[in-house]
Amino acid sequence: MDRARTELLIVAIARLLEGCRTVAVGASSPIPGSAALLARAKSKGALRVLMLGSRRHNAFTDGGRELFDSAAQGRIDAFFLGGGQIDGQANINLVGIGEPPRWQQRFPGSFGSAYLYFLVPRVILFREEHTPRVLVPKVDFISSPGTSVPEVYRPGGPHALVTGRCIFSFDKERCRFSLASIHPGETADSVRAQTGFDYDEGATVLQTMAPEPGNLELLRGRVADEVAETYPRFAASLLGRKAA
Amino acid sequence: MSAMEILSLDTLAARVTPGSLLAIPPDYSGVSMAATRALVARGVKDLRVLCVPTSGVQIDILIGAGLVAELEAAAVTLGELGLAPRFTAAIKAGSLAMRDTTCPAVHAALQASEKGVPFLPLRGLIGSDILAQRGDWKLADNPFATADDPIVFLPAIQPDVALFHVTRADRDGNVWIGRRRELATMAHAAKRSLVTAEEIVDFSLLDDETTAAGVLPGLYVEAVAEAPRGAWPLGLQDLYPADDAELARYAEAARTEAGFRAWLDGFLGRRSAA
Repeated sequence: MDRARTELLIVAIARLLEGCRTVAVGASSPIPGSAALLARAKSKGALRVLMLGSRRHNAFTDGGRELFDSAAQGRIDAFFLGGGQIDGQANINLVGIGEPPRWQQRFPGSFGSAYLYFLVPRVILFREEHTPRVLVPKVDFISSPGTSVPEVYRPGGPHALVTGRCIFSFDKERCRFSLASIHPGETADSVRAQTGFDYDEGATVLQTMAPEPGNLELLRGRVADEVAETYPRFAASLLGRKAA
Repeated sequence: MSAMEILSLDTLAARVTPGSLLAIPPDYSGVSMAATRALVARGVKDLRVLCVPTSGVQIDILIGAGLVAELEAAAVTLGELGLAPRFTAAIKAGSLAMRDTTCPAVHAALQASEKGVPFLPLRGLIGSDILAQRGDWKLADNPFATADDPIVFLPAIQPDVALFHVTRADRDGNVWIGRRRELATMAHAAKRSLVTAEEIVDFSLLDDETTAAGVLPGLYVEAVAEAPRGAWPLGLQDLYPADDAELARYAEAARTEAGFRAWLDGFLGRRSAA
């Protein structure tokens, strides 16, 4: 992925975080992490970031359980999840393609998804690869379901799916994605052709808003410096940060 | 329980017996790679390993060396270096019994052991194939609710051994863990904790009130062994960073069985040099 596309995604995800008070970011998530730090920089102190893997931007002191315990209490407003497969009902699969126990392709595992997807109100699904291989009609394994029956305690769930081609919003009532905007270089048809599941689409399809100059300035300056503590290679190669 | 002991690295590792349920921390937390090397050298078989709640290079080495019969983990990955190659190969070969879980379920099951209660309930999980695969978890009703409130009950997990690495230990077995509190959860829950330390100091780590809360007391620690740079090639808190070049060499080499064996020979060879 090139720098312009990376910046577009970061700025777009940061917009999805507006209004949040506390945003947590999991391990190995440089683009969501950058978006959270950009949203914090824009919020002038109103938004708090807890980024796993960071020393400076992670205030947890009670060990691995603290993120999960605080999420169950409603203290975390937004979190990010991905998936080796994501389907049209927003079910996510982080375990494998094929069938257990041997799988055709085994992924690392579900991490905290089977829990945080239920408890964090604004879960943003992020997967850069947007192909029929990833965005499938039905996942082979449900690490965590996109929706639940009414009697299941579930204050959280999917808010949007951001890919390298577009942004989908998710309608919990209808249990369906809807195309919210397409990135430069894509058309409604090209997105449809690369998506393995069905989704809703308006009569006119919006373009994902280009990064505003002020946002780019923040991202390339303060945010790139902050990101570099946890993701030095990412900050150098994809945010163009020069080593101090 | 007998008094805390200070042992040699090999004697400490020998306390991990075949078939043990072994709890290990995630790569960023305080992994005893020194003891991992000693376990591989001894060839301890049929380990059942619980990752608290994930692991990377440590579990990949233990699996590649043929020490692991069963594994419970929320994820196994080398992070930015990609999939854990020996784990992936063992799954494909069907030589590893894998139990998938989710991070908070590992923490909660250990917290149940900490409290000495048989189970803890946990939110989430309902409708996932993780729950569908777990015959040992129970979908139950919240006994206090007036309306329907299904919730998952997780049985307590009591590891036989918790094994980890810290910056310092003292002669009473008090060990400094700082904010890596998952090490405390592991140690509280386990029957025995075996700890390697960068250094063993002659004063009590509990003497200074400003740092005492970051100490896991010797009450939970069966034995300590000194192991300088004992987390290498992983990093340890503020003391040293991960050796990215060595980890990249591992990720590349371990893509094949022969490459893994060659890397492992080098790793084991560092025993005498260390």
